[in-house]
Amino acid sequence: MASLKVRITFPEEQIKEPVIYQIGKEYKVVTNIRRADVTEKTGWVDLELIGETKEVEKAVAGLKKKGVKVDLIERNVIE
Amino acid sequence: MTKMKALVCRECGKRYPLEPLHVCEFCFGPLEVEYNYDAIGREMSRASIEAGPKSLWRYAPLLPIEKEPTVGLYAGMTPLIHAKNLGRELGLDRLYIKNDTVNHPTLSFKDRVVAVALTRAREFGFDTVACASTGNLANSVASHAAQAGLRCFVFIPSDLEAGKILGNLVYRPTVVAVEGNYDDVNRLCSEVAGEYRWAFVNINIRPYYAEGSKTLAFETAEQLGWTAPDHVVVPIASGSLLTKIRKGLMELAKLGLIDQPHTKVSGAQAAGCGPVATAFEAGRDFIKPVTPKTIAKSLAIGNPADGYYALKAVRETGGSIASVSDSEIVEGISLLARTEGIFAETAGGVTTAVLAKLARQGKIDRRELTVAYITGHGLKTQEAIAGSVGDVVRIQPSLSHFEQTLQLKRDT
Repeated sequence: MASLKVRITFPEEQIKEPVIYQIGKEYKVVTNIRRADVTEKTGWVDLELIGETKEVEKAVAGLKKKGVKVDLIERNVIE
Repeated sequence: MTKMKALVCRECGKRYPLEPLHVCEFCFGPLEVEYNYDAIGREMSRASIEAGPKSLWRYAPLLPIEKEPTVGLYAGMTPLIHAKNLGRELGLDRLYIKNDTVNHPTLSFKDRVVAVALTRAREFGFDTVACASTGNLANSVASHAAQAGLRCFVFIPSDLEAGKILGNLVYRPTVVAVEGNYDDVNRLCSEVAGEYRWAFVNINIRPYYAEGSKTLAFETAEQLGWTAPDHVVVPIASGSLLTKIRKGLMELAKLGLIDQPHTKVSGAQAAGCGPVATAFEAGRDFIKPVTPKTIAKSLAIGNPADGYYALKAVRETGGSIASVSDSEIVEGISLLARTEGIFAETAGGVTTAVLAKLARQGKIDRRELTVAYITGHGLKTQEAIAGSVGDVVRIQPSLSHFEQTLQLKRDT
């Protein structure tokens, strides 16, 4: 099982969408929220995605496809 | 009691054992080493430091290792130069340059953090080290790993220029060129770090690795005769360097080695990748990630891990953050070279140009003792100055043509 810690950031037009619920339904991943700050304009959620590596990767791609920004919890590690 | 107490979450304060961990399992905040300053104070004095090795290891009690250092024994103790010529040009009476272009062995400040990271990695029993990098970090990790006999993996985006890769291949690491964009490389590295027992210096070893940057502050204070500067100008990539320079000065004060510092900490970014500068100018706490587009590749971190903390440090100390365009960066490289004889890479151009800008704007006072941190050698980014530093004077092989072309008159 793989675990990936990410921060997802919602643009205003996605705020009302239940994307975390949808990702959990569409891919075989467990979503586990740790911290969040969501307002009517924007928001971010620190989230752990747990599942087989391929499913986690597909879930990340799926989140991006839904229009939310996905960043590693470490932010950029390329230095 | 040992000098390190625990890893502590910078957000929620939860404590963790001193292991290769970097993220709080509860709130996902970054972890940092907590020290036992009472114990350190008992073994560290100005005299003990001055009697130590001529390297960053003279400050070993304030670095996150448990035994004797084993990797990067000659890193650090780079010159602090009283930059009178540049100061005259910028109207700064007490300007100093901390010249990490001559760090050992790979000519950038990364030799400091990697020396600490790989020493710690060895203490943990790792036989493989890794990093994700587009330049300086890869160079330093590969070089130190070669010397230390550690297996080394360097991850790069596959579209990285060939020249940058050659400088890594010479040390014989495994360079993995990942098809995909920077986000993909980032994600893959995080996954690899989670699955393999490797010391990923800027992932699972990051709390220890980042502490190496404090040595720039320690050396500066010692080289100034055990005093803190009034103002420092520091390039911002991940933001870690800036926060650690401030932390280093605070630690020296905590141990009574210098007076309580009132150092203004200012940051330098490229306009083509200035998320922290933008947040500073907008008065925001939130760092909005950007897609980098700048010649200053070593500062091209669009979503900086420590951006928030760097911003906080600058605001708390009364410093500023400014950004400069690519042409200003090239001018900065040229200015530093023609005034002080120091050839810096593009990050040094950013720092010099921002230093000049802050001086012009009156944000650095003429009388402030100011230190600018120049973090990497110009030979690493020679392409940046191509076409902007003039050309050679071509002549025929005759004395008369030489004199005619250069309009010289012989001494009589």
